[in-house]
Amino acid sequence: MANSTSTTSTTQPGRYSRRGSSAGDRVFDIVNYIFLTCLMIVTLYPFLNTLAVSLNAASDSIKGGIHLWPRVFSAENYKFVFNEATIYNATFISVLRTVLGTVVTVFASAMVAYTISRPEYVLRKFITIAFIITMYINGGLIPNYLLIRDLGLINSFWVYIWPGVIGVFNLIIIRSFIEQLPESVIESGRIDGAGDFRTFFNIVFPLCLPVLATVALFTAVYQWNSWFDVFLYNSSNVKLSTLQYELQKILQNSNTTSSAETAFANSGSGASIKVSPLSIRATMTIVAAVPMIIVYPFLQKYFVKGMTVGGVKG
Amino acid sequence: MENKAALAASPQTPANKPNGLTLIIKRLIQQRTLVLMSVPFVIWLFVFKYVPVWGWTIAFQDYQPSLSFKEQEWVGFHHFQSLFSEDRFLISLRNTLAMSGINLVLGFVTAVSLALLLNEVRKVAFKRVVQTVSYLPHFISWVVAAGIIQTMLAPDGIFNELLKTFGFIEKGQEILFLGKAEWFWGIFGASSVWKDVGWNTIVYLAAISSIDPAQYEAAEMDGAGRLRRMWFITLPGIKPVIIVLLIMNIGYLLESGFEPQYLLGNGMNAEYSENIDIFVLKYGLQQFNFPLATAAGMFKTVVSFVLLFSANHIAKRLGQDRLF
Repeated sequence: MANSTSTTSTTQPGRYSRRGSSAGDRVFDIVNYIFLTCLMIVTLYPFLNTLAVSLNAASDSIKGGIHLWPRVFSAENYKFVFNEATIYNATFISVLRTVLGTVVTVFASAMVAYTISRPEYVLRKFITIAFIITMYINGGLIPNYLLIRDLGLINSFWVYIWPGVIGVFNLIIIRSFIEQLPESVIESGRIDGAGDFRTFFNIVFPLCLPVLATVALFTAVYQWNSWFDVFLYNSSNVKLSTLQYELQKILQNSNTTSSAETAFANSGSGASIKVSPLSIRATMTIVAAVPMIIVYPFLQKYFVKGMTVGGVKG
Repeated sequence: MENKAALAASPQTPANKPNGLTLIIKRLIQQRTLVLMSVPFVIWLFVFKYVPVWGWTIAFQDYQPSLSFKEQEWVGFHHFQSLFSEDRFLISLRNTLAMSGINLVLGFVTAVSLALLLNEVRKVAFKRVVQTVSYLPHFISWVVAAGIIQTMLAPDGIFNELLKTFGFIEKGQEILFLGKAEWFWGIFGASSVWKDVGWNTIVYLAAISSIDPAQYEAAEMDGAGRLRRMWFITLPGIKPVIIVLLIMNIGYLLESGFEPQYLLGNGMNAEYSENIDIFVLKYGLQQFNFPLATAAGMFKTVVSFVLLFSANHIAKRLGQDRLF
């Protein structure tokens, strides 16, 4: 079911059998194509403009008028950004939390989803309800902060992993997937004398890979894009900073600067500005965004699948 | 399931009827692998999701971090009273409702329209390209989005550039968009649409794909043009999905988001950008007024809970499938 909805939603080969015959239809088509093309331009322009600014010499960018292409090409902004030791460490932490967080979440969610998909399990109802309640009620910022503090997770890498081990949404889509598997497949494991753990690991887990890919991608995007937990719990420890948080700090600094976005890191020599807040901001934005931008077109079908499975089921 | 199990188990001990508890314990021992696989995560759930709810007690105390729970002084609803006499809270409540309202209406209209237009595209390749491009902003973080938006809105950004080109402003009169408080809701709405409109079409496109093609053929025979088919077949066809999503989203009326407001907000537009979540952050973790901030957070969760349940209930009454 999941497969059919997602494929038809992304590729819908010729809904109408006959080509638009009337003149009105043709006008509609032309207007529609023009509109959608404009929409693409509007969507993409901000990215391309930011990229152009990041590749343009800072002293020239201040004059404005940069659009899709750098006017005075310069790699100086990137040199400046990558000159700081923090950025390598931040990249490392970003990658580490993305990989580790995703592995933990996928494995834990799949395991719990398997147990609550077993009809004979006594605690099945209790566990399912206990998880679903948390979708509606949460303690909120302050109690959560106090909990993390009391658990000693402040100033620790594990604060990126522990709070997000299982997401209820993930749990539900994996459970629905497992429940669609033919019972005979799971029973065949039983007959071979496999216990629940081996049945899960050897039979169910491999069969779930399509839905687990979706969960993994959602989790990875979430982990890569997170900055608030860094800000809240680890802002005093630069060793635990991430790329997104480094960018957030830059935004925060340049947030209130007005047109006088000039004097910054040019260390006294006013004539030869090498970088400016504007150019650094653009450069860090690109650095923090590029991994996602490169990866997502190849993986979008899994995301779409997850959306349609979770959104309109039944 | 439980009944069947009870039936199967009871004949084995016919003499003294086992009570429910011993039966459950017996079956738990039988199913110890499943227990081992799930109970550690139930404990995790309890610690990370239920213990913080206990933290709501702070809202009813004159909380002193140095004292133990028993030593705290209880003050009843005092903090809730001061919350509702606090101007900044009322302003943040207004901003929350306004921004989620804008998001709701604008988000729906744009996503449904785009889905309808995409559905009319016959060249599969073109449709794919449009979809891929329109999903892009959804995948970047709000930090990156805010970085891009700030660049666009900067005094030397594209918007001021355009205004100058068309002669609306002179050089030197550049507008500081994010400094105009009353424009913030608009900027927020437009940013949200840019970020999520493509992504939000997915659900509608899936719903459109389940409409019976025979309906379109019949309409075509009757001489209905493209616009009429969109209006009389596609739109009614996805009406159930639209209604369910609309109702469900009303349940999130107090969840106007946090990141865009925090990242694009500044001292100049605080009057319009500060919502409840930012109020909680500022009063709680920057001014260390834990009770007041907890009370604000609790108010939000409780109202959301009531809204969500009513929404779910209404959706069910209308005979539609609930989302979960």
